[in-house]
Amino acid sequence: MKPVFMKYTKADIVNFVVLLVIGFLVIPNVITTDYWYTSILIPWLCLTLAALGQNIVMGYTGQLSLGAAGFMCAGAYACYNMMLRIQDMPFLGALVLSGLIAAGLGIIFGLPSLRIRGIYLMVATLASQFFIVWVIDKFGWFKNYDVSGSTTFQKININGVAFTSGHMMYLLVAAIVVVITLLAINMARGSTGRNWMAVRDMDIAAESMGVSLLKTKLQAFAINAFLCGIAGALYTYTYLKTVEPFAAFNISLSFKIMFMAIIGGLGTISGAFIGAAFILLFPVVLNAIGNNVFHGMIDATIISAIEQVVFGGLIITLMIFEPLGFAKLWETLKQKVIRKKS
Amino acid sequence: MVIKKNVRKKIKKKIKTKIKKKIMTQGRKFKIGKPILEVKNISLSFGGVKAITNISFNVLEHEIRALIGPNGAGKSSLLNCINGIYKPQEGQILFKGEVLDKITPNFIAQKGISRTFQNLALFKRMSVLDNILVGRKLHSKANFLEVAFQLPRAIREENQNKEKCEEIIKFLEIENIKNTPVGKLPYGLQKKVELGRALATEANILLLDEPMAGMNVEEKRDMCRFILKVNDELGTTIVLIEHDMGVVMDISDRVVVLDYGKIIGDDVPDNVRSNKKVIDAYLGVAHD
Repeated sequence: MKPVFMKYTKADIVNFVVLLVIGFLVIPNVITTDYWYTSILIPWLCLTLAALGQNIVMGYTGQLSLGAAGFMCAGAYACYNMMLRIQDMPFLGALVLSGLIAAGLGIIFGLPSLRIRGIYLMVATLASQFFIVWVIDKFGWFKNYDVSGSTTFQKININGVAFTSGHMMYLLVAAIVVVITLLAINMARGSTGRNWMAVRDMDIAAESMGVSLLKTKLQAFAINAFLCGIAGALYTYTYLKTVEPFAAFNISLSFKIMFMAIIGGLGTISGAFIGAAFILLFPVVLNAIGNNVFHGMIDATIISAIEQVVFGGLIITLMIFEPLGFAKLWETLKQKVIRKKS
Repeated sequence: MVIKKNVRKKIKKKIKTKIKKKIMTQGRKFKIGKPILEVKNISLSFGGVKAITNISFNVLEHEIRALIGPNGAGKSSLLNCINGIYKPQEGQILFKGEVLDKITPNFIAQKGISRTFQNLALFKRMSVLDNILVGRKLHSKANFLEVAFQLPRAIREENQNKEKCEEIIKFLEIENIKNTPVGKLPYGLQKKVELGRALATEANILLLDEPMAGMNVEEKRDMCRFILKVNDELGTTIVLIEHDMGVVMDISDRVVVLDYGKIIGDDVPDNVRSNKKVIDAYLGVAHD
């Protein structure tokens, strides 16, 4: 496949245009209920961003890390404080800056990766999860001394346009996700991504080829934290709106993001999208099926318990039959169809 | 067995006549010059086990230097010392006359010394082309932001690097597998890819750790051809570890023989072949 434009092949561009049309023309026109935007599409896109970061550090660079929620928390509160304390702070500027602040924290909490690896590194990175959330909760300054312990985030306003309806916020989040995904694809396919994967597959050989382990690992941690920071800010500003740090950014969110990366497919960009959709939407789908099909026949509490069992069972089955996740599954299906055609 | 021997002889002859003769008759494009790499009094031990004891030898510019010796003689450890993976307790390594003090794999790579590994250290889940492209790391200056935003320098470098790697792939005759993940390739091809990755660095010195281990006669012949061609056309200095005596004697200019971490011979192939100590080390001799 020859590249047509820069290094993108024809198929890349077709996919990109189709997704843009669906995301920015079809969905805003077809879906009118606010519920879909505020409860499904927006959290999905936000968590996709975090899963993308997790995938870069875990899937591409091979550094197990578990602390995405900590960086999300840092990003959210950095954005909140900048909007609060700096006059006329543009929201997008604050968003990027809070990403950078999270990236700085990412470098600090990524330092253990230079010495330890694997499961031990994962435990060490848990520090970010506990430490950041604890600091923000402990020191009232971060929450602007709110006595209730929770924080209500400001309304988004860009150049006089208020982003308050689910519809508008969806468009904003989707635009940011598109830009960041493009940047991530460029990195993953370029020399940066190759360095990441070289460190993942054989670090000694990578070092002998001149790839600096220190730089590459910390770079991956920084990019991961940057994406998580932005994801966290968007997550709070567009989805949660009122936040209590310990409740919103707990360890189960970190785990969720890690599972999104794994189930979607480690070392793929599309995997972040599919994984986030699966983890987030499947319980909703199961719930709808449970309530509509078995309504009245079985007790509601039992239905919700069965949902959990089915969900867990599905994850186990997937991991047994396709350990490389949904992205790989999709790839094999596509190739089978192409082979059948020819 | 008899037939096999004949075939081997024929193939060896072919290598000799085809390349060696050409070099012999026309003379080398790159004349063997001054010492480029010197190892001085290197000793390495792991706890109480002495892997290398007081070894000194030098490598001249543009030559092919072979390291041989029985299993466990310390050949790979020596390469790992030069490469910075192991830190010798004593001794110095000199590159182009200057002492290298802070030896790490990364530093050595930047000095222009590249290597292959004994047990294959390829990036298994990446394609052949990507593996070789990693070897171009030191020739790409664009940082991750330039890559992310696809700024002109990143695009230009990427294209140049791809071109160079395609050349190497063509040279190694592996065009048909360039998009296959290396983990799925047979051993002989993986060895070729690893050589390709080392070549992509355009290093002054290549350290090849058993580039022909586990290959059949035909693959070995190809590998010899590549090594000689690289040495002849690019003038790359080559240090290689190899067990196949025939190959070593044919392609190398000088040979170092190690046994139990010590040097027992250092000479041109013909003299090494008749060295009593070397014969003893290989065939075994009763110790008093």
